Amino acid sequence: MHAHITRFGPLLFIVLAAVLPLAFASGYQLFQLTLVVAYALSVLGLNLVTGYNGQVSLGHGAFYAVGAYVTAIMMDRWDVPYWATLPVSAVVCAVFGFLLGMPALRLGGVYLALTTFALAVAVPQLLKYKLIDGWTGGVQGITIIKPDAPYDLPLTSDQWVYLFSLAVGVLMFALASNLVHGRIGRAMVAIRDQPIAAEAMGIDIARFKTLTFATSAMFTGIGGSLAAIAVQFVSPDSFTVALSVTFFVGMVIGGAASIWGAVFGALFIEFVPNIADHLSKAAPGAIYGVILIAFMFLAPGGIASLLRRWFARLAVK
Amino acid sequence: MDTENFLLQVKSLHAGYGPTRVLHGLDFGVVRGGVTALLGANGAGKTTTLRAISGMVRISGEILFDGTPISGLATEAIAARGVAHVPDGRGTFMELSVEENLRLGAYTKRGDPRPDMERMFGYFPKLKQRFRQQAGTLSGGEQQMLAIARALMLHPRLLLLDEPSFGLAPLIVREIFAIMRQIIAAEGTSILVVEQNASLALAIAERAYLLETGRIVMSGLAADIRKDEAVRRSYLGY
Amino acid sequence: MDAFLHQLFSGIATGGIYASVALALVMIYQATHHVNFAQGEMAMLSTYVALTLIQAGVPYWIAFVLTVGASMIVGIGIQWLVLRPLEKAPVLASVGVFIGMLLMFNSVAGWIFSYTLKPFPSPFGEGPPMLNGLFSRHELGSTGVTLLVLTAVWAFFRFTRLGLAMRAAAFNPISSRLVGVPVAKMLALGWGLAAGIGAVAGMMVAPVVFLDPNMMAGVLLYAFAGALLGGITNPLGAVVGGLLVGVIENLGGAYVVGTELKLSMALVIIVVVLVVKPSGLFGKTLASRV
Repeated sequence: MHAHITRFGPLLFIVLAAVLPLAFASGYQLFQLTLVVAYALSVLGLNLVTGYNGQVSLGHGAFYAVGAYVTAIMMDRWDVPYWATLPVSAVVCAVFGFLLGMPALRLGGVYLALTTFALAVAVPQLLKYKLIDGWTGGVQGITIIKPDAPYDLPLTSDQWVYLFSLAVGVLMFALASNLVHGRIGRAMVAIRDQPIAAEAMGIDIARFKTLTFATSAMFTGIGGSLAAIAVQFVSPDSFTVALSVTFFVGMVIGGAASIWGAVFGALFIEFVPNIADHLSKAAPGAIYGVILIAFMFLAPGGIASLLRRWFARLAVK
Repeated sequence: MDTENFLLQVKSLHAGYGPTRVLHGLDFGVVRGGVTALLGANGAGKTTTLRAISGMVRISGEILFDGTPISGLATEAIAARGVAHVPDGRGTFMELSVEENLRLGAYTKRGDPRPDMERMFGYFPKLKQRFRQQAGTLSGGEQQMLAIARALMLHPRLLLLDEPSFGLAPLIVREIFAIMRQIIAAEGTSILVVEQNASLALAIAERAYLLETGRIVMSGLAADIRKDEAVRRSYLGY
Repeated sequence: MDAFLHQLFSGIATGGIYASVALALVMIYQATHHVNFAQGEMAMLSTYVALTLIQAGVPYWIAFVLTVGASMIVGIGIQWLVLRPLEKAPVLASVGVFIGMLLMFNSVAGWIFSYTLKPFPSPFGEGPPMLNGLFSRHELGSTGVTLLVLTAVWAFFRFTRLGLAMRAAAFNPISSRLVGVPVAKMLALGWGLAAGIGAVAGMMVAPVVFLDPNMMAGVLLYAFAGALLGGITNPLGAVVGGLLVGVIENLGGAYVVGTELKLSMALVIIVVVLVVKPSGLFGKTLASRV
């Protein structure tokens, strides 16, 4: 039973995720689900570096912003088709992550958390900076046009963007899954848990960490690109430090060092604040805080580990 | 083994780190007002025994200090009862000055520590010269002296010394052991010393125990153990 | 020239605030290798407590003392209840808890006191600027208070038995236990002290920036930069670093990058320190804590 769940579970999940919303979801719900895909990729990126590699980043909102702006600028300035912006966004974010990671990762531990936190706080200011506002549109931001379905497919624009994002998401998740379950993933975990042994095994820790950080930035950047396409708008104040913290919350609550954890985390950060917002403006933050601390104490492995335990119990029965 | 003659009584002591068991039921005692030596090769469990007495590892068994059980107490509470422990590596507060190291030794004692410091400078004049210096800048021998002085500042009833000769040149070791003889004569502290260098330890000890892979394989008066043929061959090397 | 000097002194005044928060951060870092991301929000909540007391008619300095005292007790409580169980947990768990506290405190403040900016009184009055107009009354007074607090903290660590024991517990917990220092209590006390210092910083900065739940976000960031600049393992370095960051921020904001990019300077300082001298100006060279 358990083996079947692991083998066919993802496939079933993908089919259901593609078909059900097309049949039942409204335009707004499709938009929300598209954001879930974007968040899932971003949280996945953070998960690679923080969950698997043990390097705490509090600034992945910055890479999300870079991805979003790369897509928006290319679509707005040069009329590049939306899908063609994704590879560029991936490369730009990876380079950006590499450059930032180099100094901070040499020292490891809490230094990266500090540096990335500072980056997250600075992002809106940097985006508004007047020397680049010819590109970024300054405070106004950039408005882009939502793509329609190609080849006269009988799909609304919302449906198409969702399907497109889902396809990109599935591809990236498969990539990440292969990465973490292979040799590279073992090295990432070894660096997190047994740094001295990893070094003795001949792993160049600093280089490896920096490359992991760059890869992670790439995933999150693609998430940002998808979000920009779905939202049709980017502006500096959508990328505050709160966004980075939200990704961190999603990663921890979904489950650090778990591929599926990123999906659960994304669902959590998309839907829980919407519900909590009805209570009061302060509620989402308070709920995030309380749940975050509760998870650290009761289930450090997040929702993914809770579900794993639950499945294991089912399999035994 | 009775409370009258033994300040510390250890009964069927088991201890280890996580799943690894290191001590398998030790029975021994530290004589009142004298030096007791715990001998054995590297990895025999000597350091773990001292850590067990100080409450730094999880144990089962019984440890009586002056007739009262101390097993289960926190390390700082055991220190407050008068057990000073110079750990392996000497436990110097490297970032702090010599003076501050000594003051910390007297942490559990209320009142002015300066008279005690002066007394320590009597034993270790070198420490007086280094009074304001950062302890991390001291030589190995000086750090060992500082460690012993720091422990004595507590006015210990029991002093635990972990390998006082470790990593020191033979000349320095001889100097330190000569000072230790003075201290033993003057202070009347009961001492449990752990040593790989068996001949050194047996020379100052009254009683000795030989530890092998977590078990006591021989015990008795130091003088008798020194004469033992097997001990001489494996531990004394002559 | 006068304008330049004014910016310089004004930088020292804000630098004193950064220095206080940086010191609070470094104290906790030294003892536990944790960076308390919630330090700023704790200070912000303390400042709301002070405002509530003052509005209830309590004289300023009595409210000040009560606030510092209450903050210390709460700080000790947080360490004892929340952080002590996580002592040996990996970095991710501790950062998670700190971020959780940050979010919680921020929301609680917003919930109870609303998100609107509130004026906070200065005990030094509004009066005309002093010393040839270089210093406003509040700048002079708050610099005095922060320097006084920093000196008192230094003297406490340097000259008292408890201060020595706290330093020892931070440097070498095992040896500290062996000489009878209750290390867990020292850590809690350190948290209390850090919370008290943060409360003073909050009350000193609030009249300048106005009080709102996000008041300390910028201050915390500059304090991070200050702590790294001075050397995150060195309390004195943190104070000097904090003051320097205040001056750099003010002069940079006035003459180099303009106010729009002020916050980014903290990032630049952090990155430059990490690239050029990771141990900071006064820190010891440190091995990577992988």
